[in-house]
Order: sequence, then C-alpha cells, then structure tokens
Amino acid sequence: MENDPNNILDEVTSGEYKYGFYTDIEMETAPKGLSEDTIRFISAKKNEPEWLLEFRLNAYRKWLSMTEPTWAHLHHPPINYQDIIYYAAPKKKKELASLDEVDPELIETFNKLGISLEEQKRLSGVAVDAVIDSVSVKTTFSETLEKQGIIFCSFSEAVQKVPELVKQYLGTVVPSDDNYFAALNSAVFSDGSFCYIPKGVRCPIELSTYFRINAANTGQFERTLIIGDEGSYVSYMEGCTAPMRDENQLHAAIVEIIALKDAEVKYSTVQNWYPGNKKGEGGIYNFVTKRGICKGNNSKISWTQVETGSAITWKYPSVVLMGDNTVGEFYSVAVTNNYQQADTGTKMIHLGRNTKSTIISKGISAGQSNNSYRGLVKMTKRALNSRNFSQCDSLLLGDKCGAHTFPYIKTENQSSIVEHEATTSKISDDQLFYCNQRGISTESAIGLIVNGYAREVLKQLPMEFAVEAQKLLAISLEGSVG
Amino acid sequence: MLSIKNLRASINGKEILRGINLEIRPGEVHAIMGPNGTGKSTLASVIAGRDIFEIEEGEIIFRGKNLLEMPVEDRASEGIFLSFQYPVEIPGVSITNFMRTAVNEQRKYHGLDPMPANEFLAKMEEKKRMLDIHAKLANRSVNEGFSGGEKKKNEIFQLAMLEPALAILDETDSGLDIDALKVVANGVNKLRRPDNAFLVITHYQRLLDYIVPDIVHVLFDGRIVRSGGKELAMELEEKGYEWIRAEA
Amino acid sequence: MEGITTNYNTKETLIRLFGENRPEELPAMARLREQAMEAFVQNGFPHTKLEKWRNTDLSRSLNHAFIFPLEPASDGTEPEDIFRCDVPGFNTHMVSLLNGRVIDQGNTLPQAAEGVIVCSMAEAFEKYKDLIERHYAKYAGFGDNAMIALNTAFARDGVFIFIPDNVEVSRIVQTVNLIHSTEPVFVQPRNLVIMGRNSSLRLVMCDDSVDNNVGFINSVSEFVLAENARLDHYKLQNKNDHSALINNSAFHLEAGANLSTSAISLNGGLIRNETRVLLNGRSSHADVLGAYLMDRHQHIDNQVFIDHAVSDCTSNELFKGILDDSASGVFNGHILVRKDAQRTNAYQNNKNILISDKAVIDTKPFLEIYADDVKCSHGATVGQLDAEAMFYLRSRGISASNARMLLMYAFVAEIVNRISIPELRERIDDLVKKRLRGELSVCDQCVLHCNSREQKIAFDIDMSKI
Ligand SMILES: Nc1ncnc2c1ncn2[C@@H]1O[C@H](COP(=O)(O)OP(=O)(O)OP(=O)(O)O)[C@@H](O)[C@H]1O
Ligand SMILES: [Mg+2]
Repeated sequence: MENDPNNILDEVTSGEYKYGFYTDIEMETAPKGLSEDTIRFISAKKNEPEWLLEFRLNAYRKWLSMTEPTWAHLHHPPINYQDIIYYAAPKKKKELASLDEVDPELIETFNKLGISLEEQKRLSGVAVDAVIDSVSVKTTFSETLEKQGIIFCSFSEAVQKVPELVKQYLGTVVPSDDNYFAALNSAVFSDGSFCYIPKGVRCPIELSTYFRINAANTGQFERTLIIGDEGSYVSYMEGCTAPMRDENQLHAAIVEIIALKDAEVKYSTVQNWYPGNKKGEGGIYNFVTKRGICKGNNSKISWTQVETGSAITWKYPSVVLMGDNTVGEFYSVAVTNNYQQADTGTKMIHLGRNTKSTIISKGISAGQSNNSYRGLVKMTKRALNSRNFSQCDSLLLGDKCGAHTFPYIKTENQSSIVEHEATTSKISDDQLFYCNQRGISTESAIGLIVNGYAREVLKQLPMEFAVEAQKLLAISLEGSVG
Repeated sequence: MLSIKNLRASINGKEILRGINLEIRPGEVHAIMGPNGTGKSTLASVIAGRDIFEIEEGEIIFRGKNLLEMPVEDRASEGIFLSFQYPVEIPGVSITNFMRTAVNEQRKYHGLDPMPANEFLAKMEEKKRMLDIHAKLANRSVNEGFSGGEKKKNEIFQLAMLEPALAILDETDSGLDIDALKVVANGVNKLRRPDNAFLVITHYQRLLDYIVPDIVHVLFDGRIVRSGGKELAMELEEKGYEWIRAEA
Repeated sequence: MEGITTNYNTKETLIRLFGENRPEELPAMARLREQAMEAFVQNGFPHTKLEKWRNTDLSRSLNHAFIFPLEPASDGTEPEDIFRCDVPGFNTHMVSLLNGRVIDQGNTLPQAAEGVIVCSMAEAFEKYKDLIERHYAKYAGFGDNAMIALNTAFARDGVFIFIPDNVEVSRIVQTVNLIHSTEPVFVQPRNLVIMGRNSSLRLVMCDDSVDNNVGFINSVSEFVLAENARLDHYKLQNKNDHSALINNSAFHLEAGANLSTSAISLNGGLIRNETRVLLNGRSSHADVLGAYLMDRHQHIDNQVFIDHAVSDCTSNELFKGILDDSASGVFNGHILVRKDAQRTNAYQNNKNILISDKAVIDTKPFLEIYADDVKCSHGATVGQLDAEAMFYLRSRGISASNARMLLMYAFVAEIVNRISIPELRERIDDLVKKRLRGELSVCDQCVLHCNSREQKIAFDIDMSKI
C-alpha cells in the first residue's frame, strides 16, 4: 500500500541538506597541522598581546598530555589532528567601515543562508556577527549598541579594543585544560564573538552570530565570551552551517558566559552543521564546550538549543549556580537521522543557596542514528534549599535507531529536591491515524506531531529563531520544507 | 453515496464484521445501534481506513470510488469524516495549527491553493460560535487535557471546519451534558445539506430526538440484523436487545 | 589494571590460597576456577576509578587481616546456639549457613518425593553433576566482574535448589547466612536455583551478623527460570557496621517466566547488591524492588541491570531509600532494550529521602534503547519529607517527631506492601518501624526471628490521604 509506514518514514527522513553549497572566496590559510609554530602564526596574524599567546601555548602544552574522552556513546574513526588546517580567513581583509566593503561573494553566501546582512540591519533590529571559517566577517549594528555601552564585536576585535575585559574573564568558566577539546580550542581558536553588557543595561535587540565553515580541510575553533554585568539582560543567538563535503570536518568551540549579580543571559542556538549524507559519509564533528556561571546572586543563565546538524555532536551546555537564588535552565531539542550521533545534555552544578535549575530535553531519533541525553545534577553541601526538575523524553522514528538516557544525580544536602523524569516511546499509531483521518498525510503528520512534541523547547526561542527552528525540524525529518 | 457490500473484516484472526451491507444516499441520516462490542466502531474505522483491521471480503464504494484502495488521508479528502469514540491527544499541536494543516492538505488534494489566513481564521470564529466553543479552547493542544465532553465538541467543531460529504459520528453523544448535546445536535442539523449524509452510532434514543434519522440499523454480532424507520430506535429503547438476540 | 592494595596483601594471599587449595573435582570445574582466578588476578578488587564503582570504595572494608575459611567449621557450633526460630505462623524450610558453609540440620523438605532438591552446593557438586554442568556459572558471567570471578574461583558451598517441571513448592524456603568468627572473616557463598517449567518457589534469603566482628561476604547467586516459572524472592539484610556484603544475583528468564525480587536493607556497614536480569524469553516479566534505611556511616549500593533481549517483555523497577547521619547511597539502574525487543514495557524509579546534611546519594537511572515500539520511562527523585504532609499531620495533633516517622514509614511502605507473603510483610513492616525509631540494630537473631515482637503502634492513618 502507498502509505506503508516504512516507506513514508524513509521519505520523511530523507530530507536533503540545503546549506551544502560552497562559496569560492579567496582564502588565506595556515599550513596544515598543529605545532607551536601554528599557534604563533595564528597569534601573530591577529596581532595578539603576549599574554594571549602564552594562554594559547599553555593550553597547547596541556592538550599534548591529554587524551580524547571515550565515555560518550559515540563512535568515529580516529581524528588526525595534523591533517587539519587551523586557520583560514577570507583574503584582503582590511578594516571594513561599512557593509558595502564586504566581499560581494560573502554577502551572497549569507543571502543563501537566509541571513541578509543588509536586511537584518535595516529591518529586524537584530545585530549580527558573522564568522566564516575562522574569522569574523562583519558585525552589524555595533554603533547603535555602542551608544548604550554594549560591546558586541568579533573576539579578535575585543582583544584589541578591550583587552583588560578579555583577560579578566577568558578561561574563567572553561579552564584551558577543562577537557581535551577545550584545550585544543584554547590553543588554536581564531575568532568568535565577544559581548559585554554594562551594568543595568537591558540589551534592546537580539544579538546574533552566524558561523559557517567554508574552506575544505578546515577546522573551526571559535570562541565566544559573554559577560552580563550587574543587573543587565541580553538574549544571544547562534546559528551555523557548513558545505557538503565527503570528509569529516572538526568543530571544537567554546562558549563562556558570566552572569554577575542580578544579570540574565539567554543563549539560543540552532545548530545545523552539515550532518553527512544518507550513508553516513562526511559531516561535521561537533565537540563543543559551553558553560555559564551565575556568579552573582539572583542571576540567571538559560540555554536553549535546537540540534539538527553534525555527524557527531558532543555538547553539554552547563550552568554553575554559584550565587544564591540563581537560576539555570536548559532546553534542548536534538534530532538525529541517518547515521548521525548525538551525545548531548547539560550539567547543573548547584553551589549557592536557593538555587533552581530546570532541564527539558526532547530527543528525536530516526534512521540508523543514535541519540543520547547525558546530564549531571549536583547539589553540593552548601546548596541548601535548592531545586532541580528534569524532563528528558525520547521519540523513536524507526526500528534501527537508538535513544539513550544517562542522567547522573548527586545530592549532598537534605533540604534540596531533585526530580528527574524520562520517557521513551514511538509516535503512536493512534495519533497518526487521527491526523490521516483529517486528510493530513503521514509525512505532514509526523512533522506536526514532532513539532508539538518539541514545543515546550521551541517556545523558549526568540521569534526570529523559532520559525527557522520549526522549519529545520521539518527539513531534518521530511523530504521538503513543510 | 456510500455503498457497502458483503463486508467482512477481522483483527488478529478474529472476525468482527461478518458481511455488512449498507446503502447511504445523499441527504440521508442513518443511525446504527447495537450492544457493546458488536462491531460498530470497527465498521466506522474500516470505512475510515484503519489498517489494523484485515479486510477479508467485500467492497466499499464511495461516490463511485473504491475506498478500500485508498490511503486514510485520501479517503478523508474525498469526504469521509470520522468523529472518534475516543479522540486521541496530540500534545503540543494547537487546534488552530492542526485544522489549518488539515484544511490545506485537503485543498491541495483537490488542486486548490491554501486557504488565506484571514479567511481561515474567520471560518474558525464562525464555527466556534456555532458550537458555543470557548475561544481559548482553540489555542490549546489537540484534545490534551480536554474533558470527555470537550473532546466530543472538538470533534464536531472539526466536522464543521472540514465540511465532509459523509460524517460518521461514533457515540458523539456520550460524555456530553444536556446543553452540550443540544448544541452539538443543532450544529449537526445546521450542517445537513441535500448533498451530504450522516452515519450516527449511538446507544440512546435521546440523540435521535434531535438528529432525526431516516433509517435505523441494528448491528448485532458483526451483521446488520434489522433496519427500519425511527420507530425502531424507540422500540429498542423500550425493549432492549434481548428480543433481537432471541431472533438472531 | 591496578586494583586496591591493602596493608595485608589480600590479593596475594588469595592467589597463594588458590594454588594451595585445589579441590578434587571434574577437570571442567577446575578449568573454570582457573579462568575465573585469572580474571580476578588481572582486574584485582574493583576500585573507584571504575565507572561502576565510582561511588563505592571497598578499600576500607578490605583492609583487615582476613581469614578465608574454605573447609567446614570444625568447632562444633550449632546454629541453634546462635539463634532460635520463634515467629509463629512463619513456617519455612530453613537452610542455615555458617561462615559460608551449609549446616546440615537434618530437616527434609516435604516435597522431596516430587523431586524437589534443596541441599548444599557442596552436595550438589558431588551428586548432581549434570545439573551443575548445565547451569553452574552460566548466568553470572565473570568477564566484567572481578567479584564474581573471585567467588567462582573459590566457591565451595552455598544453597542449591532444583524444582522439576510443574511443581509448585508450597513451603517457603529460607536461607540464613550467618557469620560468626572472632577474627575478620572473608566468605564466598555460592547459590544456584534451577526452576523447571511452570514451577513456583518462594525464597527468602537473610544475611545477618550475630556479633560485631568484621566480616566480608562476597556472595553470588544464579537463578534460572524455565518457561512460565514463578519466583518470589526476598533478600533481607541486617548486618553490623563492620561488615561488607557484596551480593551478585543473576536471573535468567525464559518465556512467560515471572520474577519478583526485593532487597530490603536495614543495616550494614557496606552493602552492594548487583542484580542482573536477562529477559530471554517472550512475555517474561520482572519486578525488581528495593528498600534501604541507612544511617551512621553505612553505605548502600544497588546496581540493577535489566536486559530486554526479546520482544513483549515487561520490567518494573522501584527502589526507595532513606539516608540519615553520614550514610551514603548509590543507585545505578540500567535498562537495555535490544534491537527487535519490540513492545517492551520498562519502568524504573528511584526515590530517596535525605534527612541529614551529611548524607549523600548518587543516582543514575539509565535507559539504552535500540527498538522503537517501546514504552520506557524512568524517574529519580531526591528530597526531604513533604512539608505539606508534615503540616497536615501536625495540624491533626501529631507531634513533629511522630509525623516525621509516619511519613518515612509511609514512604517505605510502598515497597513493603508489595511483599506477597503476609507473615513476611508483617514482620518486615514491624522491623521497618523499629528501624525508623532507631531500636533495631544487630540483635543476635535473624531479622525474621527477632524475639521482641513489635507492639502495634498507633499509626492508623489512611496513607492515601497524605
Ligand atoms: N484493536 C483491537 N484489538 C483486538 N480486538 C479489538 C480491537 N478493536 C476492537 N476489537 C474487538 O472487536 C469487537 C468489536 O469492537 P467495537 O469497538 O467495534 O465494538 P462497538 O460495537 O463499537 O462497541 P461499543 O458499543 O462498546 O463501543 C470487540 O469484541 C472488541 O473487543
Ligand atoms: Mg464503539
């Protein structure tokens, strides 16, 4: 019969990656491979101060003595770290005073991505920093922001403009030897975004960064640092894409967030790196360390992520709840299809009193993929009267995929409450029949049901992102844009 | 409009429908009554295309087309609507979104463009008013956390939105309070047209006081053992099914 | 890999002992011991760098000058000397073990005539070689478990039960595992329970200390349930604070088999229960339950692995515990649903109450799922007593301390109420109440035969209202 569920599932889960084009821009690259020389080359290219070079070299030396973690539910051939280009930048990059000076090819790239810098600037009131391969290309809107004292620029620019701020906070949330990939990033990061919101300022617009890997054999190692000073607020968005290539490319980023007293930082990601083809060839290896610290009392950090891309995802956006009455949130939708593997989740480390964390994770697995939630909730002795609520659900589409849940809970005081719930199931036949009976095809029905299932997370996203995320969910699982 | 001939269907090797014959013409209202577990809902599901049932024999022709060869959603687009006895919950999917998807997919089936948003919303408003449905209900997820009566009302609301040629109401009256029953029945009566038809499954005469049937069938043990006018329903209400059981 | 080192070279002593004490037995058995010993030597005692042992540290428990009794005790101690049976109405067929060896008390099971065998493993090794060959060490694999390896290398005795097809054993079988020694003693009982098709058994296994001396028990039990067999299994643990109890239980279920196993841990210096259930036949079902009440510096660790290998099976796991003082608890539940194990229904929950700021709990409820038509859920909670319920009770005139006790009791009762042997349920109910009031410690009796029978305390409030 035509609507044999297996056929349809095949169809629905065979959506093609539509960001897989490659832009031919003239690039300046470092020679392949990693050594102290590579690091000095990067540092020199960026005209960095001595202390930053030291920071990098230090991290590199630590990295040499570390080994790749093996505990995640992930399998991949060994990565040859000498076969990667650690620096690639669009050529003829001088100081750009306005958008008009950006390479037209580049603008075209962003237009294809649906991020028209022009339009963004004019209409939406979203400030965009775009990082292509390793280098920040253009930050829109910064003048408007500057009036309020907000600094939103590329990381390299920040190193030149506000070195003392960078020096004060860099590596304080994710130490350079935190883990293997963090050490690698700390040694070779080339650019990324920097954001500082001054005391008492509510950032009036959404800040947004787009990352794109373009060049072949290139790793992307961007570094983001966000500082919310006392009583400030900011909502920050990150999106990413990469061309379709047969080989795997490495992405090892670090995001650090510092929320001082009464500050609130909301970080949203739609991660859509190239996931590889239907046979599991190619795709990005995404090993990312994201962590925030609620340093001051009453501060709040909220992570929202929609993960649809990458061949491998290894990512645990975490919050250290240091101040009293601080709040940490993690909302996640992770979709895996074909041969994708995702091992993602969060850590909520409760140190302060009356701290509160919420974890909502929705995993969706299709094809031959494996999707794992891994999380840690820790209530330390000092974290009196703290609370955690976790809900981790998995939805299975097809009988060749896997869905796994690995929560770790550690409690060391009696006044805290931890609640964890999880379910795993497939889309119910009753729901599908109900939709079909109203004339809705199985393909649309799956899209509808999956979006409904993920709604609790999607509604956390800023408007601009929510629509895109919904479409992405549909693309990842369907043959066409819903 | 609908013509069922010698339909036999089973589940897990157990025969439930054992030779159903049924003719429904445009403009008619048919009622099906019968004891619990005799196959009323099964018949409704088989017409709608539920694939857990095995069709052993027979045919279902709907407006000249062979329904048994069509997937569920095509049958729906052809004009079959089933108001479920136990509507399922779909968390996170708002009724508005759900209905818009259904309306537009059905339009696509017929080669029409999607309904413009304002027209769609106006239609939603009109039908909600007609069925006395709370404005807030439409923003909630499909059937999630609805009371039994709210679920049934929501089914009729969808019926009103989709305007099918043949509506099958499977025990839509159960769970409705007296006022809601009147509202639903009035709604159905307003939707009656010379070119559409209704198949009403119920246990109680009460609903048939409002939606007056042209023909009443008694389904017993997978067969229609008796058909008659609306008096038959009253006779059943009075005497129960024992006498039919004795006859069968 | 580096294991734990002690001041007493325990591992080396074991290696020497192994070489010096080779029992006369079949070559296959000798080979098995050698392989097991090799595995143990390679891995050593499990240490906290291993993921599965991260939160349970054996080093203190192992740091004693142990004796390792391998031969039956010859000092003529009679079990009657150290405990009496005085619970009316709880009539069991009792098998006593003293320091790991079964003591022949001359009592035979009424159903022996139907082919039911309850005897010592030592006897079974001699008399039932076929059954041993077919089942022994087939379910408790030691490849990844050094404690099972060690036990397999040294196993001499334990309890052997065989039930033929279609026999329902009416008498409850009770094993009492006693440790009595003036020197630190390390014992390794080994049990095997073989159940035929459509058979049924109720089995209560008690682990008790009868003095305050140091003891280390490394016990392994294997259970195989043929088609439609039914096993009702209880572990009661009431050990002194100087004892360590490592309990490995492996259950193998064929189609339609039904298992209910509960671990009730009331006291113990260090207790680790590792339970593995393999659902190997369609429509088999396992209930795995546990309750633990720990205080002082006691440590409890429950590790449960449920392997849904085939379709249409169900499992249900619930562990509840209360930790006071500096007690620590670990729960590690792992449900594996293999590819093609469709229509699996698996439920897992671990609930904890901490009533001291020094108590610690680590809980990891894992789900690993490779089939799509499944309904699996798990949960874990850590908290304190419900403040609203406390208020409700106190508003009815109940003192704060009684209200606390009542709520703790109600919390544990969810497990206790599922004990299907009424006399046992009542007894454990009493013991839990006593335990909560701090009255129960290691008495010189088996927990089931404690002489001071609990007076009914006025706790008659409808729990469902709380
Ligand atoms: N999914 C199913 N699996 C197994 N048997 C089923 C299934 N659905 C229906 N049946 C059986 O088919 C028979 C007819 O059921 P059906 O729901 O059609 O009865 P009904 O006439 O609608 O009853 P009621 O008046 O109670 O709604 C019953 O015996 C029922 O148990
Ligand atoms: Mg019915």
